Amino acid sequence: MSFLNFILGGRRSAPVARERLQVMLAHERSLTGGADLAAILQKEILEVIARHIPIDRDHVVVKLDRGEQVSTLEIDIEMPETALAGR
Amino acid sequence: MGKVLVVTSGKGGVGKTTTTAALGAALAQTGETVVVVDFDVGLRNLDLVMGAERRVVFDLVNVVQGDAKLPQALIRDKRVENLSLLAASQTRDKDALTEPGVGRVIDELREGFDWIVCDSPAGIEKGATLAMRFADLAVVVTNPEVSSVRDSDRIIGMLDSKTHRAETGDRMEKHLLLTRFDAARAARGEMMSVEDVLEILAIPLLGIVSESPDVLTASNVGCPITLHNPGSAAARAYDQAARRLLGETIAVNEPRERRSFMSRLFGRKAAA
Repeated sequence: MSFLNFILGGRRSAPVARERLQVMLAHERSLTGGADLAAILQKEILEVIARHIPIDRDHVVVKLDRGEQVSTLEIDIEMPETALAGR
Repeated sequence: MGKVLVVTSGKGGVGKTTTTAALGAALAQTGETVVVVDFDVGLRNLDLVMGAERRVVFDLVNVVQGDAKLPQALIRDKRVENLSLLAASQTRDKDALTEPGVGRVIDELREGFDWIVCDSPAGIEKGATLAMRFADLAVVVTNPEVSSVRDSDRIIGMLDSKTHRAETGDRMEKHLLLTRFDAARAARGEMMSVEDVLEILAIPLLGIVSESPDVLTASNVGCPITLHNPGSAAARAYDQAARRLLGETIAVNEPRERRSFMSRLFGRKAAA
């Protein structure tokens, strides 16, 4: 089977496993004091916005994608017209 | 109202997380809405097996403690749209979970999903008891090996006494899933047979999953085996198990010993 994979150029899965673990463990080891940076960021960003407009926590979507080089944190906050009116 | 299914075993390393991912994906592929929930706080792995480890922001502990709303913590699968994951926390310990808190989260999940599949941690401590606490039915994952069978027996006893259902006089539905089965070794008498295990544990058989390199490959790439390699024997076994959970009547076929051409040519000696 492995010979056949070699001939057919089949992609082996072990390197994929190694790469996934490296990315994840690098992230987990960087956690200081058990707090997740993404969670802290989202909390503080929401606090800043909440100072200016009321935020309904049911209408906040937080998405995270941890990459090897770059991670993205996406915070999607719905701002109703009524909150923006009169400003 | 959704059904709560706990995947449990007592012993570690028998295939609970693999089974949770595979059954969850198989149920979702039949059109049911499914959420898989990791109860292994401090040692989470379901996110890795599901391939969602880079996308976890909030987890079960955040929701139980009110730091996040449930919809914010649910991670939609990118391959099957009616499949979601609720991860465990990696940085907390199991004491962060409370029974009323877990009960609230389970109630909320019942409203939104047809199936809530709970991946229990190994052992019989708090994490494992909370994972089974609100279950309607259980899949007991067992290897045909003495320590696994003994631990499964212990877990079956707990399912019948320590769960909400048991305490309120309801029947807890229990199913046996035999994993890492090796037909050749069972045929040679080196491994307990299916009948042996069934006789000892005395709960109905949901399926038999043979030991397979395909399972390792699927976890390497972070995809439930039922999605990654649907044609493999392991995926077919999980798929049929999921259909039995949905009430279909499908006979369980015991995996046969698959002998290579060479061993067939030279008889059993070559294999022994």
